[in-house]
Amino acid sequence: MSSSLLVALAGQPNCGKSTVFNMLTGARQHVANYPGVTVEKKTGFFSLGDMRVELVDLPGTYSLTSYSLEERVARDFLLNDNPGVVIDVADASNLKRNLYLTIQLLEMEVPTVVALNMMDVATRRGQSVDIAKLEQLLSVPVVPTVAKKGEGKEAVRIAVEHAHAEKTVAPFVVDYGPLESRIDEISAMLAGDPTLGAQYPVRWLAVKLLENDHEAEVLLRRVHSAPQGVLDAVVLARAGFLEGEGRDIERHIAYARHAAAGRIAREVVAVEEGRGRSLSDRADRFICHRFLGPVILVLILLALYQVSIVFGGWLAAEVWPLWGGIETFVSDMLPAAGFAEDPLVRSLGEWVVKSMTAILNYLPIFLLLFAFIAAMEDSGYMPRMAFILDRLFRRFGLHGQSTLPMILGGVYVGGCAIPGVMATKAIPDERARLATILIVPMMNCLAKVPLYLILIDAYFPQMGGLAMFFIATVTLFMALPVAKALSLTILRKKEQAPFIMEMPPYHVPTMGGVARRSIERTWLFVKKIITVVAAVAVVIFVLINFPGLSDTRRAHYAAEEKAAIDAFMVEVDKTEYKGVITHDDVLGIILFDEALRQAKVGVTDQAVSDTINERFDTANPVYSAVVRRQGDSGRTLNRELRKVVSVRKQLRREMRTERFEGSFLGVVGRAIEPVTQYAGFNWRINIALLSAFAAKENSAATLGAIYGIDGSGQSVEESMKQEEAGFTPLHALALMLFMALYPPCIPTSIMVRHQSNSTKWMMFSIGYQSLLGLLVATLVFTGGSMLALSGFQAMWAFYALCVAVTVVMAMIPSREEARAASEDGKEPCKENCS
Amino acid sequence: MKTGFCLRNAQVNQMLKIVTVSAEGELGRRIRDLGLIPGTECKVIGKAPLKDPVALRLKDFTLTLRNSEADHITVAALED
Repeated sequence: MSSSLLVALAGQPNCGKSTVFNMLTGARQHVANYPGVTVEKKTGFFSLGDMRVELVDLPGTYSLTSYSLEERVARDFLLNDNPGVVIDVADASNLKRNLYLTIQLLEMEVPTVVALNMMDVATRRGQSVDIAKLEQLLSVPVVPTVAKKGEGKEAVRIAVEHAHAEKTVAPFVVDYGPLESRIDEISAMLAGDPTLGAQYPVRWLAVKLLENDHEAEVLLRRVHSAPQGVLDAVVLARAGFLEGEGRDIERHIAYARHAAAGRIAREVVAVEEGRGRSLSDRADRFICHRFLGPVILVLILLALYQVSIVFGGWLAAEVWPLWGGIETFVSDMLPAAGFAEDPLVRSLGEWVVKSMTAILNYLPIFLLLFAFIAAMEDSGYMPRMAFILDRLFRRFGLHGQSTLPMILGGVYVGGCAIPGVMATKAIPDERARLATILIVPMMNCLAKVPLYLILIDAYFPQMGGLAMFFIATVTLFMALPVAKALSLTILRKKEQAPFIMEMPPYHVPTMGGVARRSIERTWLFVKKIITVVAAVAVVIFVLINFPGLSDTRRAHYAAEEKAAIDAFMVEVDKTEYKGVITHDDVLGIILFDEALRQAKVGVTDQAVSDTINERFDTANPVYSAVVRRQGDSGRTLNRELRKVVSVRKQLRREMRTERFEGSFLGVVGRAIEPVTQYAGFNWRINIALLSAFAAKENSAATLGAIYGIDGSGQSVEESMKQEEAGFTPLHALALMLFMALYPPCIPTSIMVRHQSNSTKWMMFSIGYQSLLGLLVATLVFTGGSMLALSGFQAMWAFYALCVAVTVVMAMIPSREEARAASEDGKEPCKENCS
Repeated sequence: MKTGFCLRNAQVNQMLKIVTVSAEGELGRRIRDLGLIPGTECKVIGKAPLKDPVALRLKDFTLTLRNSEADHITVAALED
């Protein structure tokens, strides 16, 4: 008979919990979120005899009070999901502190197995642990492991099996000294209730209630028949204890637990004198040095930039043929193209696939970015980075750990807001986390760059480098004041968390671990984003293509199409192909021509090229003769064919532009022109900007479509300048700044919703950035025009303004700082303590 | 043992012993959870570029905290 067993994996941060998780479950893992919160829930499976074990990785917590989200999640799981066994991973080299959590688990009376991990580190530091003694003191099985090397896997499995078979739990009792009588009193009241007594550990609940634990109170109200009586008794007991002992109960309980942990640690750990974690300490002397630290930080970030963006960009280009191949493959599967208009299924299909490949194109960059982050996380550098930059970022309502999301978003040039927003997960402070989520999309992501390049080439050709430097750095001076402004206003009431955190010893990251995490996160990203992008692409397609051309316009284009083909046929009839090539063949020849070109893309080898030619020759000798200029007739007709092809391109472009203009999006573009004209945007620009919402690359692509990049041989820059004769560098500057502040693209918006766990914040993020962008563009354009500034002058005037605002914003104290400052004078150090 | 002073004012590499922890609520809990309780020995091993936050070394591990958090902790210098 097979059965199943639910096992929870608990442990403090940095104890090697996820390594133990991987050791036990191997590749059979599933990542999701705990219901309703953004805390990641990893589930894995392994079998124990004929039993199927489901292993749930609880968030790493130092304690099991219910204050932080992670602790609440961990405790709710232990209490409500009734795991059969809990594996508590404890860091052997840091036993005392780790036992603090172990003791709390044991107090909850769940069957526990202690996996004493990182035994090798403890040994290296000259510490030896008396396992048998520890088992005896805790009265639960203790298994030494070195999860990194897979040592102790079998022993843990056997211990879990035994713990499950035995079922009886001998609770670990902490001696709370003077509090004991009050615990007994509350326990008795709780045990009196028949359901509660059977379902929950009574002594644990009594201690929690005395600790003034809010969640425990909620639990009591839910399950106890007369909760008010108990709560009144708790209030009395708390007041009585404070009066009698002179310290509050929370403090007393924590101290008692620490004392118990310390006593056990002293009994089981033998330390060889004179050996510490000297290597990490020595490394920190440089890495966290006041002057060297920031230098090393910049070097590491440069390396990150170089590896993921530069090398990743190269890799993306190398991988592109794969995505291009998918595009071609899908095109081939879809109904064939028409002369001037394609079947709807084809254009829609191509559009959707292109939208997805545009994102997939970044996959190599994501893989490298995620690998780099995983390596940084595993090495222990992240907390150091937060340490070095915290004071600076705090001035702007951010957090030391806001650094990474901003780097990923593209703090200079080239990043992506999606992994940036994803990385905000690590920021413990709710207010700073939201502020970071809201400014990451303002960074310069890779997809904004094409538009910058077009505009700079067209309007700042002489000062291209300076203009690029301007847009690359001004974003930071816009983002920082905005972050401060947000945290002083709408984020004012959000919870702040203490910064206090552990700086774990450095570890050399393992290839396997880094690769696994990088692939895991990339896959998560692909799954989440691609489905949504495909759906959204359909919507955008409808918005920019419908209602479509009127019948009269269609007839007009059909007539032009016919004229071109007729002209070609006149020439055909002059050659030997008269009667062989008919009206209906013309489109066929054009597509044949395109297919041949497609087949030869990237082919440099003459022999390969010859084989391709041969293949096409046998496929259709007549078409091939025209396309490959064989014989006099072939040459003449090829010349004529070029004319038809050029007319076709021209027609397609005109029709697309006309369709755009008449489309729903085009109508909106025109409708908002009265507002956007102050920012220097006409309706054509509006359409390009609106289409960029799906993905920012679209802005450049849409401009290309509007101004026409095909056929004429002109670049977008040239045709844009030609068609927008009234455009000045000031227009271009306003447009660039708007693009910098552009609302997050759809995949990023989805990520914002995911990380803030609220649709409201996503809408806010989209709304405020649109408004801010319009405001800044209007300020620069209208202001610049009124002061008669050139684009270049306006650029640096604006830069100076941004830097000034940043400096001013840095000086404004936050609510807490202001309060602290007013108290500071009276009482520099709070001393009324236990 | 000399009299207690605020952790913010501690010198780098000075051996210290925690005398009192006055923080309440969440901050108090976090400080206690990490093992910063009266009687614990520690030393400041470094300060960030802008002198805030500080890195504090306990027996088996290192932690960092902001000066505003260190204000809740008073320490005394250990003679050695």
